[in-house]
Amino acid sequence: MASVELRQVRKSFGTTEVVHGVDVSIIDREFVVLVGPSGCGKSTLLRMIAGLEEITSGEIRIGDRLVNNVPPKQRDIAMVFQNYALYPHMTVSDNMAFSMKLAGTDKREIAERVDKAAKILGLTEYLDRYPRQLSGGQRQRVAMGRAIVRNPQVFLFDEPLSNLDAQLRVQMRIEIKELHQRLQTTSIYVTHDQIEAMSMADKIVVMNGGNVEQIGSPLELYDNPDNLFVAGFIGSPAMNFLPGTLVASGNGRGVRLADGCVLPAPSTSAPDGREVVLGVRPEHFEIGQSCVEAEVVVVEPTGADTQVFCRIAGTNVSAISRERHVFRPRDRIHLKPMDGKTYLFDPASGRRLQ
Amino acid sequence: MVLSRFLDNRNRLGMLFMLPAAAILLIFLTYPLGLGVWLGFTDTKVGRSGEWIGIENYEWLWTDSVFALSIFNTFLYTVVASVIKFGLGLWLALLLNKHIPFKSFVRAIVLLPFIVPTVLSAIAFWWLYDAQFSIISWVLVELGLIDQYINFLGEPNLARASTIAANTWRGVPFVAICLLAGLQTIPPSLYEAASIDGASPFQQFRHVTLPMLSPIIAVVMTFSVLFTFTDFQLIWVLTRGGPINATHLMATLSFQRAIPGGALGEGAAIATAMIPFLLAAILFSYFGLQRRRWQQGGSDK
Repeated sequence: MASVELRQVRKSFGTTEVVHGVDVSIIDREFVVLVGPSGCGKSTLLRMIAGLEEITSGEIRIGDRLVNNVPPKQRDIAMVFQNYALYPHMTVSDNMAFSMKLAGTDKREIAERVDKAAKILGLTEYLDRYPRQLSGGQRQRVAMGRAIVRNPQVFLFDEPLSNLDAQLRVQMRIEIKELHQRLQTTSIYVTHDQIEAMSMADKIVVMNGGNVEQIGSPLELYDNPDNLFVAGFIGSPAMNFLPGTLVASGNGRGVRLADGCVLPAPSTSAPDGREVVLGVRPEHFEIGQSCVEAEVVVVEPTGADTQVFCRIAGTNVSAISRERHVFRPRDRIHLKPMDGKTYLFDPASGRRLQ
Repeated sequence: MVLSRFLDNRNRLGMLFMLPAAAILLIFLTYPLGLGVWLGFTDTKVGRSGEWIGIENYEWLWTDSVFALSIFNTFLYTVVASVIKFGLGLWLALLLNKHIPFKSFVRAIVLLPFIVPTVLSAIAFWWLYDAQFSIISWVLVELGLIDQYINFLGEPNLARASTIAANTWRGVPFVAICLLAGLQTIPPSLYEAASIDGASPFQQFRHVTLPMLSPIIAVVMTFSVLFTFTDFQLIWVLTRGGPINATHLMATLSFQRAIPGGALGEGAAIATAMIPFLLAAILFSYFGLQRRRWQQGGSDK
């Protein structure tokens, strides 16, 4: 177990820079998720930590050791790949034992550690099978088994669940989190799925276009997004954004939309008349409370809750309610953002306005 | 009406579609092969249809020292050339699989020896090996390494080595390109996983590349052995089996006895004698080519 420290890490492929100076510190035993849309540099960053990509500039430390020029096998890390990268010509137990065999570990100890890992992952009866004869979830477990037998300082996961079907993904998500609670090994996990990030992470690093947008715990990011990108990326369904102008309204502030109706705004130091974007999460709209009128477009009843897609002043907006509303398309309904649950952003820079 | 009813049956229709291919196989493969085998049991000479003489040709060949020598030569030629072709081919494939400048251009160039008609390259080698005009000898003399021209095709063992070298030059591209294709099917993440698991480049080759490549190696080397075993053109252009039969392969001996020598029956018998060896090679590959246990069941995804 060890901490991991990234300082001003940059990566260029030829003349194109894909990671622009990333700073992240990961505490010992922490489960950190790198999340972002595809092409944001999160996998490249993970591969630099693994030593599979060279670091163009900056520093990466594992524990207290600078590992910039240390080859992967000496970094004491284990990695789970998106396609699992199991050796097809080796049985499950040989796959898990491979690294220890190379290291010249005692045969008895290898068998012991493989058995132990197999027991943890429920693979005991599959030890003599070949990867082809396993299901996707079992292969995923073998890939994790191969990582945990080595008892490394850091686990690296590169989108390990994206080849599984939705149901299995939820199950493996729980298993990985449980495994981390049990082994307490520092873990860095890359995914493009914000739900995976929210449900597994101690700390989330949101990346976009090779930059870190925000770092924080799942709820910090949900409650206090720094900018439009994080606000729109974290949370599902995504936050609604309504462009408008800041005005005085009653005894507080408000945002006037294009059609003239005014929504309450959080307190801010920004002056009246300023162009802003108002952010409201779908679950923070109260349906039926009179404030702003919306036209229903589509209703999705999912059982647990009802999601209503509607239009306010030409902007598409979604609202979620636990009540089973029965609306028809073109119905006019009233929506009201909950007090203190709205956000203001600068439309040009995307920064949050406080 | 009757015809369309007849064609409605998928088995009958299938047979009908197979007919042209079957006819081609029968006329151009089975018939000549059968004729050759039959000729081997007769004393046919050029211009005189022969009589059935049973296995007399084979009895005669059994005591023929030239025939025995040709079997030895064929095995020597096949084994040595195949081993070198495999070694060089694998090495070349590994090189071409790396990131090198002008990659596709270099890969195309490598195929050249394979594209050139054998007779053409054989003639080129004939000049390279010529006792008076050999450029190899000339270069070595100019460099001061030797003071006499080498008689490449004049000494038995030198001639064997020279023909093997020429055959290898011609055969390496096939092996290299096939193995390269095999190398490219190995997912790069396996090497990344192995390097994280602590494997050195040699261990990656030993534990990942070689086992993953083994099915392709079996196919390629079977073909390579069959091509080499039945080689004819190269030897015929370079040495015609000389000197003193030192480079006579079964194929060249068969041709020499049958066509210039006129003993069609005996030549056919020699050719037929190759069949058991070729069958053995095919059987060997049949078992070698069977899917290994790790390739069975399930799917890759």
